[in-house]
Amino acid sequence: MLLRRVCLIVLVLAANVRPLAAQPAPVENTMAQRMQACSVCHGKEGRATNAGYYPRIAGKPAGYLYNQLQNFKAARRRNEAMNHLVQHLSDDYLRDIARYFAELDLPYPPAQPDTLSPAQRIAAERLVFEGVPDRKIPSCVSCHGKRMAGMQPAMPGLLTLPSDYLIGQLGAWRTGQRKAAAPDCMAEIAKRLNTEEIGAVARWLSAQTLPTGTKLETASTQPLPLPCGSGER
Amino acid sequence: MTAPQQAPRVRRRVRALTVLTALAAFALLLAALVAWLNVRGEGPLTPQGLTPAQARPDVLAHGAYLARAGNCAGCHTVPGGGEPFAGGRGVETPFGTVFAPNITPDARTGIGEWSPAEFWRAMHHGRSKDGRLLYPAFPYPSFTLVSREDSDALYAYLHSLKPVSQPNVPHELRFPYSTQAALAVWRALFFRPRAFMPESTQDAQWNRGKYLVQGLGHCAACHSSRNFLGATRLNAEFAGGLMPDEAWYASSLASANEAGVQGWPQADVVHLLKTGVSARGAVSGPMAEVVYSSTQHLSEHDIRSMVRFLQSIALREHPPEKIERAAGAVMELGQKLYGRHCASCHGEQGQGVPSIYPALAGNRAVTLGSPNNVVQLVSRGGFLPSTAGNPRPFGMPPFRHLMSGEEIAAVSTYVRQSWGNAAAPVSALDVLRVR
Repeated sequence: MLLRRVCLIVLVLAANVRPLAAQPAPVENTMAQRMQACSVCHGKEGRATNAGYYPRIAGKPAGYLYNQLQNFKAARRRNEAMNHLVQHLSDDYLRDIARYFAELDLPYPPAQPDTLSPAQRIAAERLVFEGVPDRKIPSCVSCHGKRMAGMQPAMPGLLTLPSDYLIGQLGAWRTGQRKAAAPDCMAEIAKRLNTEEIGAVARWLSAQTLPTGTKLETASTQPLPLPCGSGER
Repeated sequence: MTAPQQAPRVRRRVRALTVLTALAAFALLLAALVAWLNVRGEGPLTPQGLTPAQARPDVLAHGAYLARAGNCAGCHTVPGGGEPFAGGRGVETPFGTVFAPNITPDARTGIGEWSPAEFWRAMHHGRSKDGRLLYPAFPYPSFTLVSREDSDALYAYLHSLKPVSQPNVPHELRFPYSTQAALAVWRALFFRPRAFMPESTQDAQWNRGKYLVQGLGHCAACHSSRNFLGATRLNAEFAGGLMPDEAWYASSLASANEAGVQGWPQADVVHLLKTGVSARGAVSGPMAEVVYSSTQHLSEHDIRSMVRFLQSIALREHPPEKIERAAGAVMELGQKLYGRHCASCHGEQGQGVPSIYPALAGNRAVTLGSPNNVVQLVSRGGFLPSTAGNPRPFGMPPFRHLMSGEEIAAVSTYVRQSWGNAAAPVSALDVLRVR
């Protein structure tokens, strides 16, 4: 009888104990805790996937991330949420934030099947690997690294970004909604691309992936194919 | 036969004419009164004051400091990367948008041709170089208290800046607010140029604080309620009010239930204005901008002085209102959302984490009568300002990317009616209105 009662009490108590996984992580005085504000859009630890709209920020070069934070602060890039979040943050803190996300080495999501027609795929791969020299369009790999994992000090990786995000950015450069430090090389290139090319290259890039542990390329010793205010910092 | 008939007609005409003349005379008198009220107290423009070439480095440094205290760049710079002090920022008001002008020393588009006396007239009397009346979005009802010496130092500092050629944006005000006549009537009713009078019963530090809070600091420009013509009400100074753009509510500095600091230890208030955080609360929204751009840069002595004055503001509490309890379903939804998105930082019981995440239980910013601030915070998130005393602040995500208007309303209502908090529910319509 007593044993049954004890068992019952134990059972009731056990039912009240939450499984460990549901316990929130303790709040610590860390950079990771500070950056919880970013996780709603950019995913846990800044590793947004290629679904949705928000870009992955983990592992991007610190120079690139810092430039973007400054661009949001100065409204050269417009996104209401980002403009609001960074408006009262000091340059030193923005540098810390950029470094924090740059140093995160997290696995990439798996490759996705793309929805390109064979002709679109050929056009996209030509832009990515060769560019279109007669129209002064350099290849993606000439600046963003051979594997498009990004290049030091400030060229972002391009793979696994959502295609809607890539189309949105290239469109914003064409219309002047997104600006970077002058000379604004990506604005020049975006203006030379037509909308079909933007669609094809965005969908192609979005479907690729990279092996875990892929590192940024070191800064190129070759001059960039066109003058680039953000790339030469 | 006709003469007796004509006589009353003539008499009527004469009477009508007399009435009209009297009315015209009265209108003229009123116009003259309004005109006189608008220039009263103005002396001739005396050419006293330093020209920038004569300004000593200490005067320039003093002027730069005063520009911080008044946060001149806050309005006179387009947010996010505009040329500092070159103007162009629109201040939304219920009457239209007023655009701050260029106050760099550019001769054509800025104030390069202004004399120190003309600058002083703008600060003290609210009139421009060309004699036009200025809109009180430029807070001259506060700046009128600034001393001539400080005005001259500000002038010298502004004239030492790099001239930026950037033409002013014309105001976009609705009729009749767009006319100088309407502005003249407004000024006749609500504006008196006046000098700062120290109170002899108080010491120098308290008076210094009052001078900064009521003058350059222009705290009352936001923290006072306004009447239907947008004038801050004298008897409601510091009693709180919606910001002119109606996005945020500037809490009352005269209420222990809002932002009054009368009952706080002095050190906590000083810390709040110096760093943006304190043991008893943090700044958000437009006040984060004030701390980031202005108060963190002020001297310890000046902040202490301001705090002395702020703590002496007489309390004026509103009688408590009867609070409607939210529907059970709303609280249930709010609780579910709170558990999923908020509890990991603000705690299951809204207890917060000391010096990292504010407690929501008993938090005055949560239980304000106006739902604006809590809706803004949940929708847009944000970081506390990074200041020398709090260089790497913690942040909150913008939940409008994740929650519908109805959900934001439910979670806001939940935090306003839990753990002893008692404030009116927030509706989805409130959220829509505030966004």
